[in-house]
Amino acid sequence: MSEAKKTPFYEKHVALKGKIVDYSGWLLPVQYPKGLVEEVHDTRRRATIFDVSHMGEVSVEGKDAEAFLQKILVNDISRLKDNAIIYSPVCYPDGGVVDDILVYRISGENFFLVVNAANTDKDYAWFQENVFGDVRLQNLSPEYAQIALQGPNSEAILQPLTDAPLKEMKNYHFLPEVKVAGVDCLVSRTGYTGEDGFEVYCKNDGAEVLWDAVWDTGQKHELNPAGLGSRDVLRLEASMPLYGHELSKELTPLQARLDRFVALDKEVDFNGRSALKKQKEKGMNRMLYGLEMLERGVPREGYPVKSGDFEIGWVSSGSYSPTLDKFIAMAFLDPKAADQVEEVELMIRTRSYRARIIKLPFYRRKK
Amino acid sequence: MMKYNIIDGVKYTRKHEWARQEGNTAVVGLSDYAQDKLGEIVFVELPDVGTEVEAGKGSAVIESVKAVADLYAPADGSVVEVNEELLDQPEVINSDPYGEGWVYKIELKDESQMDQLMDKPAYEKFVVEEDEE
Repeated sequence: MSEAKKTPFYEKHVALKGKIVDYSGWLLPVQYPKGLVEEVHDTRRRATIFDVSHMGEVSVEGKDAEAFLQKILVNDISRLKDNAIIYSPVCYPDGGVVDDILVYRISGENFFLVVNAANTDKDYAWFQENVFGDVRLQNLSPEYAQIALQGPNSEAILQPLTDAPLKEMKNYHFLPEVKVAGVDCLVSRTGYTGEDGFEVYCKNDGAEVLWDAVWDTGQKHELNPAGLGSRDVLRLEASMPLYGHELSKELTPLQARLDRFVALDKEVDFNGRSALKKQKEKGMNRMLYGLEMLERGVPREGYPVKSGDFEIGWVSSGSYSPTLDKFIAMAFLDPKAADQVEEVELMIRTRSYRARIIKLPFYRRKK
Repeated sequence: MMKYNIIDGVKYTRKHEWARQEGNTAVVGLSDYAQDKLGEIVFVELPDVGTEVEAGKGSAVIESVKAVADLYAPADGSVVEVNEELLDQPEVINSDPYGEGWVYKIELKDESQMDQLMDKPAYEKFVVEEDEE
């Protein structure tokens, strides 16, 4: 392994006494002194700032950019407008998942993709392998820093720093060229927490000015820093999938119940279509379910789930949920067994603990 | 100024448990350093009363939001009492690790084992070294 990289915000995390860990090759804070639970509350009730510079960015330009994306994405971007964003899994021909990504349409011939940090190199190689026609790919990841400003106070914090009318920016929309505190940025109304918020991208050399400006205006609006630990719990509460847990080479988007992002009927024969179609028709022996513990116990990734004497699946993500004050998990279960019962047992070390099957998402923001 | 609260009157292990000897018994818990490293504790799995524990072997499980940690027995013995309050309020280990946050009490098999544990000055030094790694 090469040495872990520092983001342009590394010194900020150290100054704020963040607990630094190596996360897929990046030195990032897992939490700050207030602790993970408080960071979750801060995000849901006020606002938090996350360093998400580890995320990868890829630019796709050219006359055939849209056709190329239609081929590799399972979602349909034919109706995507300029300044709008779509979420899509990227599949292998067998329906397994390469990655799940965000696609920003700057214009019909210019797209900006945001990919998972750990998958950036793999994705870029996959894109290059599948590229055709007039398409120019560029891996911009090393040049870009990114912050996520999340929580109900986010707009009030960001608006004084920019002329862009943020109130008019809808969820999953963006502006590609915006000055924030004088720094050239791309600003989108997106996030991975289930709250309102923004993600702000800039070149590395503007990163420090951007952070300081957001931090300073944030002081009037109870802004706090938050780390990777709370980010993972927030996304679990909002039941958003995480690659490597709910999606992988071995798990399809249909198994993760991402049907509304799988455009089986789109006009292009995209990667994975026939396999996914077949899977949909035949049914699946593992599908994603929500679990809530009925006994106190922390469900964690990999724990077996049983119904009676039979093992019917495994936990893909689990945690204590500070927002709900419950122990929750997402799990892949055999629907033939799971749909017959209301309760299952989760194996934690040597004992089984009762859990109830519940509808996802665990948490939905009140609008 | 020491970052962690390391108190007198108890002995410490290299795995950051503390043990307070009372006659032929010892009360056992997690040090302030250990609770700080773990973060917010949300679950505790206690041994049954009567369980034989072995020095250096896992004897209880402490879980924070992010991590699972074994609590290793500081000495050989058998469990005579457990802190059942922790089942409902495990976070007490964070707020009062040497008091209300005690985990269990054992009857010592061999009291001389307690002499092998670290006292306050030795543990302070040990923690500083651990933190530097």
